[in-house]
Amino acid sequence: MSFFYQFGRYLLFLRSMFTKPEKTNIFFERIFTEMVAIGIDSLPIVILISVFQGAVTTVQSAYQLVSAIIPKSTIGMVVSDSTMLELAPTITCLVLAGKVGSHIASELGTMRINEEVDALEVMGINSASFLVLPKIISGLIMIPLLVIISIFLSLLGGIFAGHYSGLLSASEFIKGARESFIFFTLQVALTKAFTYGFIITSVSSFHGYYTQGGALEVGESSTKAVVYSSVLILLSDYLLAELLL
Amino acid sequence: MIELKEVSKSFNNKEVLKQVSTVFETGKINLVIGASGSGKSVLMRLMVGLLKPDTGTISYDKRIMDFTDYDQTREIRRDIGMLFQGTALFNSSSVQENIEFPLKMFTTMNKEERLDRVNFCLKRVNLENINQKFPAELSGGMKKRVGIARAIALDIKYLFCDEPNSGLDPITSRLIDDLIKEITAEFKITTIINTHDMKTVFDIGDNIVFIYDGLKWWEGSKSDVKNSNNDELQLFLNASYII
Repeated sequence: MSFFYQFGRYLLFLRSMFTKPEKTNIFFERIFTEMVAIGIDSLPIVILISVFQGAVTTVQSAYQLVSAIIPKSTIGMVVSDSTMLELAPTITCLVLAGKVGSHIASELGTMRINEEVDALEVMGINSASFLVLPKIISGLIMIPLLVIISIFLSLLGGIFAGHYSGLLSASEFIKGARESFIFFTLQVALTKAFTYGFIITSVSSFHGYYTQGGALEVGESSTKAVVYSSVLILLSDYLLAELLL
Repeated sequence: MIELKEVSKSFNNKEVLKQVSTVFETGKINLVIGASGSGKSVLMRLMVGLLKPDTGTISYDKRIMDFTDYDQTREIRRDIGMLFQGTALFNSSSVQENIEFPLKMFTTMNKEERLDRVNFCLKRVNLENINQKFPAELSGGMKKRVGIARAIALDIKYLFCDEPNSGLDPITSRLIDDLIKEITAEFKITTIINTHDMKTVFDIGDNIVFIYDGLKWWEGSKSDVKNSNNDELQLFLNASYII
């Protein structure tokens, strides 16, 4: 019962924000601010996890594919496909669910308990549209961009790890990656990135926006935002794999 | 003028407001008094549209607030200024940005005009040269005054103040009361104040509504308060050590 109540509330929450913005210039200003908070501020962590992710996948793939009959370029093939199909979108977005999701939920939760959201409503501003819609739009723009950066850096990490550990040369890695590349793989990665971007921003906003109580409840909302976003990312990962592959 | 007709509100089957009807006249300071939990905060949240009544109507100068029509509710809300109990200033924005915010959202003023208006509002609440300060850098009394400045930034018709004196020392409390009184007269607005502070009642109250257990228990002028033979009201007054 509680699930259906919360799900219905979530849908109504999403519907409530789709109204004409009060002032278009302020709306775009807010989108750019959120793009910085969601995208640019997340770059360091994305760079870090992507490079190591690519490096570790290369080393582990090489460990599993030790055979005289398997060409070394296969490692590049495996790393490239698994990075694009799964690791870059899913792992990056799980990390972003923690970083961006908790930030969104705690920001909105604090605004709620400080009555700042009520102040906006009393002024005649649709607070959901004003506060949340720019976050969702920014998430839909920036998270796919971060995933593309993550794919690139993971492959770069793989090339470096392969080269410096002596497992395979950069040219062998690139040969394998190019042989297996089809545009559809990138389409799947971007479909996942858009879906996860929407999940992270909307679910976290929902939990933050409906915070009730005090500082403790803001923390709870933040935790719920991360947990629910992560679970939904994993669930939609499976559904998208079934549907698209 | 704000008119309430048989307004009721329940939470989890508990009726916190029961058939409240009253009229708040324009140009007057209307005080809603009552013990904690009596329902006066719920009444104020209903009036500003943050809650929807279960029954009854609320009308602003004959415009009945239609809670199913968000655009209509929003139009009415644009005539409302509100001072929240915790001030509800945007903590990540400076004083100037806080006051400028409704001007940016609802007017076509350019930057200089907005700055003039911000400075006028700050001067009106006896605060100057604090434009670049953030709410965290202000005292409780200063925050309340910035809250009032933000509320009057637009040409409002109705001013709602929820416990404007809570957490303030007696001198600052009087200062806030005097400010609300001056602003009500100067801008000819309808002011509604939720308060426990009986000093406020006797200093600035024109019309007093006493809420008891979710009911409008008593209503009258401040001169009627002391002479009332309403037991619950007298108990409330005696507890305040005013009479």
